[in-house]
Amino acid sequence: MASLPPIDIPPATTGNGAFDAPADDPNGALFDYLLRLGDDSLVLGQRLSEWTGHAASVEVDLSLANIALDLIGQATLLLDYAGEVEGRGRDGDKLAFHRDVLDFRNCLLVEQPNGDFAQTMARQFLFSTWQRRLLRHLAGSADARIAAIAEKAVKEVTYHAELAAEWVIRLGDGTEESRRRMMDGLEWMARFVPELFEADGLTAFLAERGVAADPDSFRADYEEEVGAVLAAAGLPLLPQQRPILGGRRGHHSEHLGHLLCTMQFLPRTYPEAVW
Amino acid sequence: MYTTELQKTAKVASTEDPDKLAAFEARVAADEFIEPKDWMPEAYRRTLTRQISQHAHSEIVGMLPEGNWITRAPSLRRKAILLAKVQDEAGHGLYLYSAAETLGTSREEMIEALHSGKAKYSTIFNYPTLTWADIGAIGWLVDGAAIMNQVPLQRTSYGPYARAMVRVCKEESFHQRQGYEIMMAMAAGTADQKRMAQDALNRWWWPSLMMFGPPDENSPNTAQSMRWRIKRETNDELRQKFVDITVPQAGALGLTVPDPALGWNEARGHYDFGEIDWEEFYSVVRGEGPVARERMQARREAWEQGAWVREAAAAHAEKHSRKQEAA
Repeated sequence: MASLPPIDIPPATTGNGAFDAPADDPNGALFDYLLRLGDDSLVLGQRLSEWTGHAASVEVDLSLANIALDLIGQATLLLDYAGEVEGRGRDGDKLAFHRDVLDFRNCLLVEQPNGDFAQTMARQFLFSTWQRRLLRHLAGSADARIAAIAEKAVKEVTYHAELAAEWVIRLGDGTEESRRRMMDGLEWMARFVPELFEADGLTAFLAERGVAADPDSFRADYEEEVGAVLAAAGLPLLPQQRPILGGRRGHHSEHLGHLLCTMQFLPRTYPEAVW
Repeated sequence: MYTTELQKTAKVASTEDPDKLAAFEARVAADEFIEPKDWMPEAYRRTLTRQISQHAHSEIVGMLPEGNWITRAPSLRRKAILLAKVQDEAGHGLYLYSAAETLGTSREEMIEALHSGKAKYSTIFNYPTLTWADIGAIGWLVDGAAIMNQVPLQRTSYGPYARAMVRVCKEESFHQRQGYEIMMAMAAGTADQKRMAQDALNRWWWPSLMMFGPPDENSPNTAQSMRWRIKRETNDELRQKFVDITVPQAGALGLTVPDPALGWNEARGHYDFGEIDWEEFYSVVRGEGPVARERMQARREAWEQGAWVREAAAAHAEKHSRKQEAA
């Protein structure tokens, strides 16, 4: 999965939302970008909902379900919009339940397994801290619909980021065991952080037009914010290694296929049914 | 969701101060609320602690059969609604535990009693959720039965419990509607969906009727609980009400209630219905429900595997407050 070379597909064989949507097609690029945003929320919401009923206390259960609910709401808005932009009659449900891994555009971080609570919080902290900064930028997007969705979502994600940061500090500072688990969790997730800042042709194309945000513009702030929380938790900085990339191009970890198996089982088994 | 009433005997000890007891009974008879700091007979306190904690446990265990389908909900809308519903149940559990704590038992003690098997929860959650239609049937039937039970509890004599029930009832009525809406989609859907809907009704109908507890003649505590206004209507009265309301709803869905003895009785103005298999009910109460072991295993595992998280949170809070004192 590591840093696969780009795959050349002749432009003639690619359509909107296909594997390599051509960056000079504004609609195709927007569709692909919306999939990235929507799939991030969808996949993480799905992961968090696996916790329901199994958390360490009722309060923790409530907070995880709450975040999951926000994320599923965001995914619905973003994927419905993606379907409209694509103009092929697909809505959010069609996109969520009837695509296979190669067409999912989420980052690798969100599809990582829950592991223990520390691993779940490591993922949440690293992602929500990034997503909050991204959404702040997108609230000023030239695309009015994206701006409106981002403005609503940024309030939710601010809470997600704060809650996760509090847990990173609590677990880092708590007991020997919680500190060890928190470090393990962060180590597992750290290799997927660079992908969040990967700027490809599509991001550049849309950022130039004021639609997307260039993640590089808030990379330093992100690193500073993460560093401050880790310091407050008494934890070392994130380990550095070669970035693992691929999610934005449909090349995922092995975990995503299993997540989709579960999530998509009913609509795929009964394609005629309306629920 | 609701707890089946499973209390044992609630005899008033003869050692209670007769004057205080008489004053207490007069207040209750006058429909006054009893508040946490008021004097109350020990048997009243015990009965309520048992009932409210059973109710709280039922909410928490009740998250499991539905949680089983959140990851497989068939649309984004259904997934969001089910998440919100299960979240409501966690919330109900929380404020019911809080209401029970006002009677002098800690949440940890109550949870320990659940995990050791000493405390009960509603028998209904010891049945499995096999298809998506079960999520509809639970909302429609199980939450429907819960509402029937809980509406009168909004006027129960213990203030914190009554107030908790006001909020719970509002949310439960939303839960019931979402369940019925799932059933409407399934019953109007493909042959596969109709089959799932009918099968879910077949499996959940009788356990739902059992949620009202044993028949009045075998419910020795009903009289005392009614006298104390802990209970407002008898098990059989509530069960009949539920049947009367639910049977036409099944008809509107085009589904068949699995009871050949079911029929409208013009003279009574009620539906007659068949004999409930009380041996099934008592077996499930004894912990012999089909997934009773799975439910308890899931709760114990969540608690045990979460121990380090709770310990870490406590250790951090302790360090934090020491730092603040030092500052």
